[in-house]
Amino acid sequence: MKDINILIVGVGGQGTLLASVILGKIALEEGFDVKLAEVHGMAQRGGSVVTHVRISEKEVASPLIEEGGADVIVAFEELEAYRWIPYLKKGGAMFVNTQQIKPMPVILGAADYPEDVVGFLNANADKVTCLDALGMATECGSQKAVNTVLLGAMARELPFPKETWIKQIESTVKPKFIELNKKAFEKGYQA
Amino acid sequence: MEKKIMLGNEAFARGAYEAGVKVISSYPGTPSTEVTESAANYEEIHVEWAPNEKVGTEVAVGASIGGARALSCMKHVGLNVAADPFYTAAYTGVTGGLVILVADDNGCHSSQNEQDSRYHGRAAGVPILEPANAQECKDFMKYAFDMSEQYDTPVLLRSNTRVSHSRGIVTVEEREEREVKPYEKNIQKYVAMPAMAKKLHIAQEKRLNQIQEDSRDFSINRMEINDKKIGIITSGICYQYVKEALPKASVLKMGLINPLPKALIQEFAGQVEEVYVIEEGNPFFEEQIRAMGISAKGKDLFTIQGEYSANMIRKAFTGEEPKHVPAQEAPGRPPLMCAGCPHRGLFHVLSKLKKTVLGDIGCYTLGSLPPMSAMDACLCMGASITMAHGFEKARGKAAAKDTVAVLGDSTFFHSGITGLINMNYNQSVGTVIVLDNRITGMTGHQDNPSTGKNAKGQEAPAIDIAQLVKACGAKHVVEVDPFDLDAVEKAVKEETAREALSVIITKRPCALIVKQPDVPYVITEDCKNCKKCLSIGCPAIEVADGRPIIAPESCVGCGLCEDVCPFDAIEMEVK
Repeated sequence: MKDINILIVGVGGQGTLLASVILGKIALEEGFDVKLAEVHGMAQRGGSVVTHVRISEKEVASPLIEEGGADVIVAFEELEAYRWIPYLKKGGAMFVNTQQIKPMPVILGAADYPEDVVGFLNANADKVTCLDALGMATECGSQKAVNTVLLGAMARELPFPKETWIKQIESTVKPKFIELNKKAFEKGYQA
Repeated sequence: MEKKIMLGNEAFARGAYEAGVKVISSYPGTPSTEVTESAANYEEIHVEWAPNEKVGTEVAVGASIGGARALSCMKHVGLNVAADPFYTAAYTGVTGGLVILVADDNGCHSSQNEQDSRYHGRAAGVPILEPANAQECKDFMKYAFDMSEQYDTPVLLRSNTRVSHSRGIVTVEEREEREVKPYEKNIQKYVAMPAMAKKLHIAQEKRLNQIQEDSRDFSINRMEINDKKIGIITSGICYQYVKEALPKASVLKMGLINPLPKALIQEFAGQVEEVYVIEEGNPFFEEQIRAMGISAKGKDLFTIQGEYSANMIRKAFTGEEPKHVPAQEAPGRPPLMCAGCPHRGLFHVLSKLKKTVLGDIGCYTLGSLPPMSAMDACLCMGASITMAHGFEKARGKAAAKDTVAVLGDSTFFHSGITGLINMNYNQSVGTVIVLDNRITGMTGHQDNPSTGKNAKGQEAPAIDIAQLVKACGAKHVVEVDPFDLDAVEKAVKEETAREALSVIITKRPCALIVKQPDVPYVITEDCKNCKKCLSIGCPAIEVADGRPIIAPESCVGCGLCEDVCPFDAIEMEVK
């Protein structure tokens, strides 16, 4: 297997950490080395957040993915996809939740939210999958399941069996949310 | 042996557990918090949150004198607070193993500076160990305890944001239970007064020299000889970046970073054509290595600012830069007070009344950002109160009427309380506002002396802040709900006008701890588009087509916007 670098970007509070924890467990289960880098503290309060996931058959050295290094970018929000696209490797894939969360400088009129982010992404990356993960999660019963919808969407791009994904979702989320998250994963997988 | 994915900080805690640690006392601080938090899950260890890092370190020193292995964890600036006991414990040495864990924040992810704690360790004269990944976090913690007991010294275990907050695969082992060593009175060792201190200083120098001599054979240092053209001396997270960028280079990876493993460095330098030192922060290694007579390059190639990366190192050595989509001009996304945050009500009022606000460290530091922009200074833990006092002494009592000090409950216990005692003693007429949100917020919700729970989540005695500040000399004490804007405004106006030391306590739990009813608010047709609701800086209120709207998925139903709206155009959604 070739090395896989996955960058997960979003807004603090959107549940990006859960997605990376599940990816880490899958890599461990499949016998790979894995490193993840996260953001805690100040940056979680509604700021821009990024989690790095690096999976390899060999030992992973740096926990960080750098510009031009991500095989997959999973963006929980459009502006964050726009901000982090320099990290995408040539030929890499992007999965984008078409939700827009306006940052305070935009709300206050000090900056503009970029126009037609989806158009820009399509023009600059080969493989872009846009989906209304928030809508799909809501249909499954909770807006919080955005992360599992996105996991489902990227699962098809990655070389791990579907059962492994589902098993690790089951082992990570609270028991009463398992069914909801399995449904959300399937929705993303079919998207 | 079982393998697990662990956060660096969880691995540190696991290492402490396996090393048979009995006592951990810490104050939370990003990026160190999860070590103590995670250790609290191990029944065998007494784990506590101390009011500040000095207390935590002294508790650990006491436990060590008492014969048990003990640990105190803190962020880099916390070590400044703990510096007093730390520097003298370096003289007295230990009975049970004593480790101080310090996590630096290269890149200022969650801190007010990029302080390089290695200098503290060197100045204090203690050995410093620095791990590079999660497995080493666990292994080095155990190594540190063995070393502490073998050489009779506290050991500083240095981490940083990338090591503490990266996850990796860790092999876990069993705990090795340790008997508490018998206590023997020994005033020559433990009573640090001048006559003893002089001798203790000599002993300290001797053991550091011994460690340096022995360090040639320490398993935590590693020489990797490959292509001999380039030899890189490095440690910690930079080692990982070097391996990523220059897999063929020869590397000396140091696990012991004070005292430097001199013989090993000299041997390594003798084997390679050119020596480079790669270290984030100041030229701590480089200056010492040059002083050994080795011509090493370092800071002439690399910055003292922020974090390094593999790309940065690759570019410096090979000129290669990765191809990628160029970075776009994108609006920033600064962190915000959460929807429903109780601090918002107070800062709205302070902004409205245009007070000069001497601020402090916590979530409420975000009150300094637009649109509230209601903070004038933020220095370090507890400094709001003392800065306000100095400001008043410089500018007179009249200025005190336009000035307030603002700090959180946990920060007040940490080091605000001494400032308040000073204000009373030195006759200030100022106003201090304590934001009591029943938790230590920014670091991820740790309990503190007023929450009624301890680090293990068990019931604990709670201090009444109002009684405490009265005992410290506050003449007038007012408690208000920060969401009762009229009451907050009245209190701030009255107490700042009053020529006496006052404390206002705003009481409402953190919105992430005690959930609101969660029925979202909506903006009705009565909206005149005055945009007053935007002045509270709530992340749930956006602008769409030039008009404010409330995003139902973000609104938690706190209702503060309803109180701010002059046209009664915001109401709870009727379902």
